[in-house]
Amino acid sequence: MSDKARTSNPAFRDPADEGFATKVALLLLSLAFLIFFLFLPLLSVFVEAFREGWGAYYEALAEPDAAAAIRLTLLVAAIAVPLNLVFGLCASWAIAKFEFKGKAFLITLIDLPFSISPVISGLVYVLLFGSGSLLGPLLKSWGIEILFAVPGIVLATVFVTFPFVARELIPLMQDQGSGDEEAALSLGASGWQTFRFVTLPNIKWGLLYGVLLCNARAMGEFGAVSVVSGRIRGLTNTMPLHVEILYNEYNMVAAFAVASLLALLALVTLALKTLLELRFGAGNAGGRH
Amino acid sequence: MTQTATASPAKWRLKQPSIIPGFGLTLGFSLAYLSLIILIPVAGLLWRTAELGWSGFFSVFADRRTLDALYISFGTAFLAALVNVVFGTILAWVLTRYNFPGRQLVDAMVDLPFALPTAVAGIALASLYAPNGWIGSLFMPFRIAFTPLGIVIALVFIGLPFVVRTVQPIMEEIDREVEEAAATLGANRFQTILRVILPGLTPAILTGFALAFARGVGEYGSVIFIAGNIPYVSEIAPLLIVIRLEEFNYAGATAIATIMLLISFLMLLVINLIQAWSRRRYGNV
Amino acid sequence: MEVTINNIRKEFERFPALNDVSLKIASGELIALLGPSGSGKTTLLRLIAGLDFPTGGQIFFGDEDASHHSVQERNVGFVFQHYALFRHMTVAENIGFGLKVRPSSSRPPKSEIRRRVSDLLDMVQLGGLEKRYPNQLSGGQRQRVALARAMAIEPRILLLDEPFGALDAKVRKELRRWLREFHDRTGHTTVFVTHDQEEALELADRVVVMSQGKIEQVGSADDVYDRPGSPFVFSFIGESSHLPVEVKEKTVFFQGQPIGISEAAAGGGELFFRPEDISLVEAQDALFGKVTACRRLAGTRIAEIDIANDGHAPYHVEVEVPLHAPVALGSEVRFRPTRWKVFENA
Repeated sequence: MSDKARTSNPAFRDPADEGFATKVALLLLSLAFLIFFLFLPLLSVFVEAFREGWGAYYEALAEPDAAAAIRLTLLVAAIAVPLNLVFGLCASWAIAKFEFKGKAFLITLIDLPFSISPVISGLVYVLLFGSGSLLGPLLKSWGIEILFAVPGIVLATVFVTFPFVARELIPLMQDQGSGDEEAALSLGASGWQTFRFVTLPNIKWGLLYGVLLCNARAMGEFGAVSVVSGRIRGLTNTMPLHVEILYNEYNMVAAFAVASLLALLALVTLALKTLLELRFGAGNAGGRH
Repeated sequence: MTQTATASPAKWRLKQPSIIPGFGLTLGFSLAYLSLIILIPVAGLLWRTAELGWSGFFSVFADRRTLDALYISFGTAFLAALVNVVFGTILAWVLTRYNFPGRQLVDAMVDLPFALPTAVAGIALASLYAPNGWIGSLFMPFRIAFTPLGIVIALVFIGLPFVVRTVQPIMEEIDREVEEAAATLGANRFQTILRVILPGLTPAILTGFALAFARGVGEYGSVIFIAGNIPYVSEIAPLLIVIRLEEFNYAGATAIATIMLLISFLMLLVINLIQAWSRRRYGNV
Repeated sequence: MEVTINNIRKEFERFPALNDVSLKIASGELIALLGPSGSGKTTLLRLIAGLDFPTGGQIFFGDEDASHHSVQERNVGFVFQHYALFRHMTVAENIGFGLKVRPSSSRPPKSEIRRRVSDLLDMVQLGGLEKRYPNQLSGGQRQRVALARAMAIEPRILLLDEPFGALDAKVRKELRRWLREFHDRTGHTTVFVTHDQEEALELADRVVVMSQGKIEQVGSADDVYDRPGSPFVFSFIGESSHLPVEVKEKTVFFQGQPIGISEAAAGGGELFFRPEDISLVEAQDALFGKVTACRRLAGTRIAEIDIANDGHAPYHVEVEVPLHAPVALGSEVRFRPTRWKVFENA
């Protein structure tokens, strides 16, 4: 009965309802809060970016350093996301399909990067590969640069985006259990065939969801990358770092132009994410991103 | 296992037997990757801290600037989490209970702070709340950006989805019957919300608070643009780590990082305790 | 408290859930609302409680028109199907809730609340469980906590929605007897909703049989079982079979043949009878058919019989046959109803 619409009768107060005035007040309060904290900031990115028109916007993006930052961001994401994808698949397979000692602890460890400040995520690599460390000078003598170079940026990005795919897949695969896999194996499928034809189709939307969030974070990461990159223009500058540099040079239109690309990425991510949630019920990991 | 236990001591085994293949490969790879990317680097940080020794470690905190930075980080994160608890809970309520045009759009937008790169959020908020910005100019001569209040603004932005997304699913589960039961017992709507609905949401609200707080303490990108970064006033701990690094003062950076790390772990522990407590008592999260 | 329901109508988005329902409930009565799902019984219960508002009609508590009173003002005890206990409150806090939320002018002092809670716990035989949380209780215990909570506000009437629906069969039987005793002891006017006829017949003083938003019959267990007032009641309560018949000159004809029973009214109709109300006969003027199955049912044996229908699908009836002289499968039996009812075609 409860979900059927009730006949509206002014004399009757639905016992599980606040009344019209309270509702409107709470709704307006929420909307005001969202306008000040979400909508206006988002809107301002695009307004600032187009303040001097399309020409200036295009110029800001076509400028060689900006173009290099865009290329580097794409490159970093293209390395970090597949790495974490493979890890996510392996970890969720091991955790969801088997019972073993220390599983709960392993899950906690996987979540660790979420609770570490991005700056510290960068710092750990500076300490590991910096000039004061054991590894850094050794690698340098072999001609391998980690810090203030692309490998360091990739490492820091992998660190901060580490849990995304695994976090999405573990609960999903735990829910699904092992029944389908056991059936496939009993029908003579090999382990790989079972994964490819049974498990993968079952988790594809959850996997896509995880990859989407992982990618958004990989392209947008700022703190960790800023610590390890050295911010060498045209070489080790990702898009978010380039935004910072332009902003600090008071080159607002260019800063917001590059920022608008990242905001667009966020909007596309949100749209796809919402679509996946509505269509396929993906995304049960809740609010811990 | 239990049947054989009397005859011979149960053999220790890492995993229960299973016909599904791939355990060694997947767990092996996962552990190796986890160690390389996370464990060894983090252990390196802790090792560096140990090298400092107690006196070296504490000398870092004899510095006023460090203490102030930590105080600012934790204080603003606490305030922002508080704001988010109030507005996040109201927002979650509006989203679960009310039907209004654009509800799905608003619901989707709540995740914007998850998806929007922090640097973008940072410059947008800074220009918006600056004295000459759209919102900042409304409040002049009272300044928002480039003060500790600006930090709170940025952290409210960052933390909002944590509260909403933790509280919302629990709200959706509230049984209408429970509210009706309160009404039949004579409770008015306000009493029902205050005594029946909110206490049931407390574990989720506390978890949301802890998540938003933990995230706020470590947040960097969205804050540094709006903070003004004045030492002793509006300089956050993560920024001080970066400054120490640029000065090649690795000991200083390491010590601050370790303290923040320890507090993050503490928060993680607290969150897990809240959830375990809630599960034990109420039979759900 | 006497409850009078006058011409109540309830529509959900123009779908009528209750259609002109009137009912008088005497003070101290235990009434069952019985019907299949969608019959409107839960809707009627919620309207009495004030949890929903009727589209038309009135509800009186005694002489007082309660139709426009809010649920809080009506002071009814409502036990929900899934108990709706407050899971963050202990058993004692749950039971005391209705007293604690009273305005300070009528709120009993804390010690008084504690005493009342402890009395109620004793009454529902849960003394000592004050400090437990609902999820630490069994289903039957939760049910009794819900009842104690509803009783704490000293309700004018007690309303129970499928009170035993969520319990397993054994607990259900125990609680049923217990609720009857509880009612006899407290004497509250009580209305409960059920789809289980056994429950309704065993427990209630009077049973209200409902179907499709209407009351089909109101009566004692004997009334509704032995003297069903409509084809629906006849087939809904207990086992029965029915056949199309014609009545001419006070004789009942089936397929043009007299079957040896008589009836006052004339015209076409539907003959209803129960499996136990037949006798096997040798006579020619009787119903006859082929035994297709024979099964043991507790202390009786039931034969399923197909009666040929002239090329159409055969009529299917069930009759009770002697326990110790089973009829052979495929054999032909002749029988006549000993008690029956013919409902004229509408």
